[in-house]
Amino acid sequence: MSNDRPTTGPDRPTADTPPRPADRQPLLEIDGLSVDFRLADSVVHAVQDVSLHVRAGETLAVVGESGSGKSATALSVLRLNPSPPCVYASGEIRFDGRDLLRLSEKELGRVRGRDIAMVFQDPMTCLDPLQRVGAQVAEVLRHHTGMSRAEAKEAALAALDEVGIPDPALRYRQYPHELSGGLRQRVMIATALVARPRVLIADEPTTALDVTVQRQILDLLVTLQHKHDMAVVLITHDLAVVAETADRVVVMNKGKVVETGDVLDVFDRPADPYTRKLLAATPRLEAA
Amino acid sequence: MSTDATDTTPATTPTPTHAGPLLELDGLRKEFGGRRPNVAVDDVSLDVHEGETLALVGESGCGKTTLTRLLLGLLEPTAGSVRFDGRDLAALTASELRGVRRQMQVVLQDPYSSMNPRMRITDIVAEPLVTHDPEARGRRARARNRERVGELLEAVGLDAGIQDRYPHEFSGGQRQRVSIARALALHPRLLVLDEPTSALDVSVQATVLDLLADLQRRLGLTYVFVSHNLAVVAQVADRVAVMSRGRLVEVGEAASVLRTPRHPYTRQLLDAVPVLDPRRGRRAAARTSAQTDAPTDAPAGEAAGEPTAEPTDEAGR
Repeated sequence: MSNDRPTTGPDRPTADTPPRPADRQPLLEIDGLSVDFRLADSVVHAVQDVSLHVRAGETLAVVGESGSGKSATALSVLRLNPSPPCVYASGEIRFDGRDLLRLSEKELGRVRGRDIAMVFQDPMTCLDPLQRVGAQVAEVLRHHTGMSRAEAKEAALAALDEVGIPDPALRYRQYPHELSGGLRQRVMIATALVARPRVLIADEPTTALDVTVQRQILDLLVTLQHKHDMAVVLITHDLAVVAETADRVVVMNKGKVVETGDVLDVFDRPADPYTRKLLAATPRLEAA
Repeated sequence: MSTDATDTTPATTPTPTHAGPLLELDGLRKEFGGRRPNVAVDDVSLDVHEGETLALVGESGCGKTTLTRLLLGLLEPTAGSVRFDGRDLAALTASELRGVRRQMQVVLQDPYSSMNPRMRITDIVAEPLVTHDPEARGRRARARNRERVGELLEAVGLDAGIQDRYPHEFSGGQRQRVSIARALALHPRLLVLDEPTSALDVSVQATVLDLLADLQRRLGLTYVFVSHNLAVVAQVADRVAVMSRGRLVEVGEAASVLRTPRHPYTRQLLDAVPVLDPRRGRRAAARTSAQTDAPTDAPAGEAAGEPTAEPTDEAGR
């Protein structure tokens, strides 16, 4: 034991603590995005010169009221706005060194669901009512990877289990209408996460849910984010949900970003009058 | 108004005000379906007093909407009774029931689906007048109706000049104001507000809640406020009734139910409400960025400097 060469031991500095999100490079970056909806007799400037970014392991909340452009911004990332009438008038959406707005449909198809996935407010409109739940989860894997039917089924079962669905084997065979709203939302999250995306965009994921179910789904999203080191973009109208989940926040109003910053800074010292108005208007439990 | 009223027998003649609560629900039960019925409301007893706001809270499927339909006399209970102003709804003749119904009106969640898109605002607001009052019918009544509709629109903060416009020309908040104007047309004493602001943006919600509080003060209205949003309830309610699986699990003063809940279900609901404070939320501790999470109050200045090793794992209970 005279050998004094350093060996791996507990006193050696560990390198596996992940770097803080704030120190990382942006994973997804929206730069100067403008989105128009060109209607028959008018043009709606739904998104105007919006810039934002999100890093791995970080949750960015985009908050605003109806008509703020928050959903149009989110849908632009995967070019899911209905087009026509939607036109991406200017700006870039950079991911992995590529501008998603310039990709061909085929190239973008390889990003959707694999690198960047989305979860929506209403699972009933996103899940196919005529297809069994398990098949819909497995389909993502069959589409994006070379998995065999059996492998995909196994991975889908694991995904249902991971999102906290009891008795995944039973649920795998069921149709969406046989599930409660909370379970359906979990299925949609499983579908979104099964291919291990690096970015998850969640558009009002808990708005249609009861408050106790909302709590469970938000907890689930946070847990899975940490586990997989995902970047999450959370679109919401609810500042309390922002306060509980976000690292940074972007406040939008009438198509524009009015304020952006660390969630603590924005809540402590809201710089924009609109942010202050939203904060003041949000009801608080302590009012009783 | 009679403070010395000791008479507990309900008025058999239509006296204007009886001494007890405005609304008394006693052992209400409602079953749906045949051989193995689904019990939507199960043995609910509850009083609502004149001038107060009683909030009825619970999650979807708890029976709160069925309960409001029972108390409005829109559904017949399987068992139990509803008394309004001392009169048992089940004992009333059809015309008496109409007389009672005009004193209780309802405002629903979705102002988009609760009005006919092809009717003008003036006809929408005047509809209860025309339905309940023969004198408000016919061409000659039109001018008087318009005058009344104008007053009602102004009472809810709208311009009396919008009468000839259609619902689609208005925002959600404005439409909800039209719904409220319509509900007030017959000088009701009780308003059932079923998630009245749930479909509205938060800044609009605040103005509609202010309007409702103002109307209650001015008109002495009694509110049954149905909501799933406990933060809204905290703002508006005098008393809170918590419903779960068809039953009332807890009823009491708003402050005591929301601050010191006694029933586990109420506690579970309250725990689930997201907190509007990024430092206090349950996940604040788990946040990946190892921010200043000093247990003591750090000075507001520059404390964010040193990167601590790992976020604390305690859930902050």
